[in-house]
Amino acid sequence: MRVCVGVDLGSTTTKAILIDEDGQIVGKGITNSRSNYEVASAVARDEAVTSARFNLLARKLEALKGEGSGDIHALDAKLRAAFRLELYLDELAALRLRVTEVVAASGPRGSAQVKDALVAIFDRMLGDAPALFLEGDARKSDFFRDIAGAAFMHAAEKLAGERGMRFEELTWPFDRAILDVETELRELDFAATLGRAARRIGGGLPEGAKKRLFDIVDSVGTEPIDEIAFSGTGYGRQTLPFPKAAVRSEILCHGRGAHRYFPGTRTVLDIGGQDTKAIQVDDKGVVTTFQMNDRCAAGCGRYLGYIADELNLGLHELGPLALKSCKNVRINSTCTVFAGAELRERLSLGEEREDILAGLHKAIMLRAMSLLARSGGVKSELTFTGGVCKNEMATKVLRELVDENYGNEITLNVHPDSIFMGALGAALFALDDLRAGKANLLVVKRPDKKAMTSFAQPDDACASCA
Amino acid sequence: MSLVNITPKKGDGKSIKAGAGPSEGSAITVPVTKDASQQRQKRMIANHFDKLSTAKEDGKKVAYTFVPGNLTELMGAFEMLPVLPEINALQSGMRGKSGAYISEAERGGHSEDVCSYVKCDIGMLRSGNVGPTGKTLPSPDLLLLSYTGCFTFMKWFELLKAEYNCPVVMLHVPYQADGIITPEMRQYVIDQLKSDVIPQMEQITGKKLNLDKLAEQLARSRRAEDALVKVWESAKNRPSPIDGYFGGVYYIGPIFSAFRGSEDAVAYYEELLAEVNDRIKTGEGPMTPAGVMSNQKYRLVVEGPPSWTHFNEFWNMFSNEGAIAVASTYTRVGGLYDQGFRHDPQDPLGTLADYCLGCYTNRSLPSRIDLLEKYIKSYSADGFLINSVKSCNSFSAGQLMILRELEKRTGVPGAFVESDLVDPRYFGKANIENRLQSYLQMLEARRNGNIAASGSSPVVIGSAP
Repeated sequence: MRVCVGVDLGSTTTKAILIDEDGQIVGKGITNSRSNYEVASAVARDEAVTSARFNLLARKLEALKGEGSGDIHALDAKLRAAFRLELYLDELAALRLRVTEVVAASGPRGSAQVKDALVAIFDRMLGDAPALFLEGDARKSDFFRDIAGAAFMHAAEKLAGERGMRFEELTWPFDRAILDVETELRELDFAATLGRAARRIGGGLPEGAKKRLFDIVDSVGTEPIDEIAFSGTGYGRQTLPFPKAAVRSEILCHGRGAHRYFPGTRTVLDIGGQDTKAIQVDDKGVVTTFQMNDRCAAGCGRYLGYIADELNLGLHELGPLALKSCKNVRINSTCTVFAGAELRERLSLGEEREDILAGLHKAIMLRAMSLLARSGGVKSELTFTGGVCKNEMATKVLRELVDENYGNEITLNVHPDSIFMGALGAALFALDDLRAGKANLLVVKRPDKKAMTSFAQPDDACASCA
Repeated sequence: MSLVNITPKKGDGKSIKAGAGPSEGSAITVPVTKDASQQRQKRMIANHFDKLSTAKEDGKKVAYTFVPGNLTELMGAFEMLPVLPEINALQSGMRGKSGAYISEAERGGHSEDVCSYVKCDIGMLRSGNVGPTGKTLPSPDLLLLSYTGCFTFMKWFELLKAEYNCPVVMLHVPYQADGIITPEMRQYVIDQLKSDVIPQMEQITGKKLNLDKLAEQLARSRRAEDALVKVWESAKNRPSPIDGYFGGVYYIGPIFSAFRGSEDAVAYYEELLAEVNDRIKTGEGPMTPAGVMSNQKYRLVVEGPPSWTHFNEFWNMFSNEGAIAVASTYTRVGGLYDQGFRHDPQDPLGTLADYCLGCYTNRSLPSRIDLLEKYIKSYSADGFLINSVKSCNSFSAGQLMILRELEKRTGVPGAFVESDLVDPRYFGKANIENRLQSYLQMLEARRNGNIAASGSSPVVIGSAP
């Protein structure tokens, strides 16, 4: 498979999209941007390649139908969950190693008691891991930092109680090690990982179906995916780890990506972590004018992040909670710096959390409406993109405000993949470059690049497929 | 505005390979030695500040005044030395001192929302009033307030009056609300010159106004103005031999400050014009902080002042992308000579009135739009950019409407960035660069119209594992 790659390096998350030479999307990936943009870009791209392989796998699995393999969709879902588990276990092993190194180098702080407790914590995390990746299970986050962080803290808290230790005695090695682990670029051996996942779930299948499954897994895992063009975009343009000729403006990318999903799009509202953009596009998806917030990030995604932290909630929990509100609380400040103060003041006045949250969402969207007006208003169709469009309350308020200001004839598009619009636009620009004969490629230096290995056949001994 | 000379980063006279400029794919080619006109300007300015530093001992009288509507020839006729607080403020911005001066003024009770030129000036005054060449500035004998559309000017001199305890004389210039100068408006300004401004200057200097001396000054102004207009219009060439915004603020230095009407100014502008003409002959672009820019991909008209605290950074954002300013309104705030106005030695007071009335700051929104439209069309601009500064409410108000109207009239898309004059806190590099690059890429996309059809069938996205 030959693919054009687009990467959108955002302040919070990094997204990658793969399209084929006909412009069809074949894979997508997302990861947290962490402190190393090069690693974030490579991981997002690996994730997109992984998703492309799973799409390929899904099609091939159809062939297993009627061979006693049961529900193919369930099998697919099981395989995906098992694959995620395998990736998690790999990273957990790396984390365990790094924590061991950190503790060994820390002098008296890393006492025998601490070391012993950490071994117990990691053993528990290992034991608890499969339950974290049950198929169809909803996690707060799919990022290793978040999943491993929650599991570590949970295990550490229990263990500290059992052994009469202070919680903080056990958590500092994690805080030190996680940054190193998530900024270390590792080679993803898809075939081997998928092979382990298949063996993990293959036990319950009849022999014939099992053999066929392993054959399919093997062929998918080793199918070459060649990157033939690359384009990148994102926030903080000076630090993008892309060749200059391959960098495209995120405003152009979001406009183009949104237009690609919804060809009737004439206005795009993009609310990301650090900025909000109101973009007008023509019938080809080319930007005609735009406005964005000034350097102040008031009312952007980061603001919601702070609010979620203040309330000890996950970002994705804010919208549903706000939707429960039945009282109108007016919030005047969307200043990120004062987010916590604003929240605490309201709580101290006796307001309910959901009502305050509803007011905050409205304040954010009012700011966005002002930007939309400055960019030339809202024309049908309006497409909402960026991380904040995943928030149900934000979308609901936007719909109400658009109706109020521009009439209810305006079509509002929100796609579950709206967060990928920028990456898609970048991928389409990469395809343009390819067709114009000036394609760029993103070269990532990886340590110890291993050749793609074929999945070992099922008669190999494996502890997890007994 | 002219004290900091353009200094190529790679060192004067050293050539570097094409493409080895500030970034890969840069439009910058080869840096050259500093132009003779620049050296001359530097000497002129140093000399002026020397004179200011010994003004009291030399028995010279000093007037503080503003750029738009400045009466430099009149001051010259009285041999008064002008000090321009706006220029001191922007110089402080360029020298990295404005942040501390503004903090000083804010400690004194000025709000964050007060014009940063004012706060920078007040802060500089409270920090010893040391000018850009390191010499102390003399206190004013007169605050000459030529009011041409900026309300803050009045408040600024009220503050300075309290600090210096010296007389203020105000020339009230009626606003060109309808875009025309009526005979009554003109007479009103002339009358004030006769009844207030000149008598006050006579009293302070102890001299009677010598009209012949004033006319000589005005005749020299005219010669400098003729040359400056040719410099501006040279930007109609491709490549443009000048940058009409960033480079332009250096060109306006002498004529907008202490030198209009002087022999020095005539010599400077004639020398500058000769250099520009040489560049036209050789097809060479102007010098930028990173070198000579001959590969010009985008021709832009610019509205609004530059951000002085990040002047070179802002300029580099343009140069690195191959964008050149072919005309700007900011470089016309001290006189719209390219629209036909010249100082007229035959009618000394009438011409001063016309000059003040015609300032860019004294123009209404519709006439600013007309002027920008004219620039976009006559300079064959690919686009226009508005730098909206937080400090200047009277100038920034209505700029988005200007943008929309210009887009409608010319079909040329506009860009909008926001920063400030001399408050470094309001310059968001990533934000401004993002907007500028997005805008230029948008121009490119629209120019080529080459967005490839990327498949027309519905988008297919498979679910992630």
